[in-house]
Amino acid sequence: MSIVAKTSRPSRIRPTRGYRVFQAVNGVVLTGVVVVTLLPFVNIIARSFSSEGPIRAGEVSLWPKGFNLTTYKRVLTDSLFWTNYRNTVIYTVVATAIAMVLTTCYAYVLSKKHLKGRTALIGIAVFTMFFNGGLIPNYVLVNALGMRNTIWAIVVPNAISVFNLLVMKAFFESLPQELEEAAAVDGMNTYRTFLWIVLPLSKAVLATMVLFYSVSFWNSWFSAFLYMDKQNLFPVTVYLRNMIVSATTGSDVSSSSDFALQVGANIRAVTVVLTALPIMLVYPFIQRYFVSGVMLGAVKG
Amino acid sequence: MSTSRTLDLPPDTIEPRPAGPSTAPPPRPRRRTWRYALRRDWQLYSLAILPLAFFLIFRYLPMLGNVIAFRRYQPGGNLFGETWVGLRYFELFWNDPTFWRVFTNTLIIGGLTLLLCFPAPIILALLLNEVRTRWMKRTVQTISYMPHFLSIVVVAGIVLDMVAVDGVVNQALRAVGHDAIAFIQEPGWFRTIYVSSEMWQTVGWGTILYLAALTTIDQDLYEAARVDGANRWRQTWHVTLPGIRPTMVTLLILNIGTFMAVGFEKILLLYNPLTYPTADVISTYLYRVGVTGGSFSYAAAIGLFEAVIGLTLVLSANAISRRTVGASLW
Repeated sequence: MSIVAKTSRPSRIRPTRGYRVFQAVNGVVLTGVVVVTLLPFVNIIARSFSSEGPIRAGEVSLWPKGFNLTTYKRVLTDSLFWTNYRNTVIYTVVATAIAMVLTTCYAYVLSKKHLKGRTALIGIAVFTMFFNGGLIPNYVLVNALGMRNTIWAIVVPNAISVFNLLVMKAFFESLPQELEEAAAVDGMNTYRTFLWIVLPLSKAVLATMVLFYSVSFWNSWFSAFLYMDKQNLFPVTVYLRNMIVSATTGSDVSSSSDFALQVGANIRAVTVVLTALPIMLVYPFIQRYFVSGVMLGAVKG
Repeated sequence: MSTSRTLDLPPDTIEPRPAGPSTAPPPRPRRRTWRYALRRDWQLYSLAILPLAFFLIFRYLPMLGNVIAFRRYQPGGNLFGETWVGLRYFELFWNDPTFWRVFTNTLIIGGLTLLLCFPAPIILALLLNEVRTRWMKRTVQTISYMPHFLSIVVVAGIVLDMVAVDGVVNQALRAVGHDAIAFIQEPGWFRTIYVSSEMWQTVGWGTILYLAALTTIDQDLYEAARVDGANRWRQTWHVTLPGIRPTMVTLLILNIGTFMAVGFEKILLLYNPLTYPTADVISTYLYRVGVTGGSFSYAAAIGLFEAVIGLTLVLSANAISRRTVGASLW
């Protein structure tokens, strides 16, 4: 953040009238941006805590009407919800671990400028940014490999993000070569140098990459949706997706008890809030790592 | 590229250049051969084996798997199909009116997204750059980045709740005396909903690279422009915008690269049969035809067509920008 905030043109000697007007208008516009960004969040939270009557009447906007926790109780006592949440955690941890190992190793290799065939190795990765096999051949392949209904269908096919790979490569290239040379002189082989010299120096970028990967795996839903047939294998995002679909078609409201009506009215909002909650809670703390990671990539990318 | 700094030194070099890893034995005549490189760097190469296997199996094998677009494929059968059928599947979709409808929809939605969601972060970054109060700038940044971290499913859930008949958008409509609109069922509203939600999710995050580029502009240029009598607007036009042009061009090319793939996941979550006339795009159509309908070869043919167009677009965009503005991805 500090890198971004540093920019400021040398201040004018005296701001003109026009410039002061511009500053005022700018303030209004940016406040508008903030309000428009926040409005959907506030609205969905308000909906999630409201009663069925005011929701159906279209009265809930920014503040809950008829405060109500029935739907929260219903979702939080749903064992499938918890199973799916646990799946999300497991998938995220395993996928991130695999992705980190592969990305770090390859980025380190690519960062060695003297390596014969380096250009080809980089090309192999970068080409996949612009051309990929497409949905159907991937689908056929994953099924043919027998990965359907296993964790591997989720954690393996998306293991390396080329963007993250290039960010790490740029970082490794920026490390001082002298340390590695010294290690080599001391008789350390490449593996030991990588493990005991390079990786400890790269803690910051490693942490950033772990965040990049884990947020994207946490948020992903499509591979699970595509390759998982059993409810108890779904991550929570697919749980939410099914909730969205059933809420749209209204199958949840079919029974007419008060309980069912209440749940049907705001179950989508409740599930959205519960799914987004962990990310929103850690967001303030991880945000700056993301920003620095993106910029690291931009310098070299 | 493959020549090594360590080993390139002619024997009579007076000042040795900084050396790379020096585990290497002294230079020998046939030093650039693969055999030599493998012997010296086999440990490095061995680190690349697993990632390379990943790329070959999960990125390049599916590219080859596209041959099923030319071959009859049976689910559960050979990965690369059973018998050659030539261009049969391409002729099929070429004569399929639904294909042309989704093709047009892809161009329209992709075009609208590019037209509206590409410039928006530039404008926001320029506005942020003029903010003098530091806490205000920080707050706007932190809040506007937030939607980027949400899962697409969460975004779809929020969007659907907002545009529902009892949602806030309809409340606002009723407040100004308009009848409620069933947005989710109206084909005429889909593009608006899609592009607005895309804008909501991406505009803030998109500013990061521009803000970074803005900090690298030489302050002397502004000084010089002022001496020449340029007001702020002209400074922005003649100094700031040219300063961030390389970033703009790079991001534009990358955006063009994803043009054909338009927000597939989001459309899949937001559309329904009622909105197919405007919402169905190539990727969602081939998903339904292939994965849901089981016509793998037919869908693969459409997918290959889409991917080739996408690649052509990004290559031409890159070539054009290299010729005209001198900035390119590679």
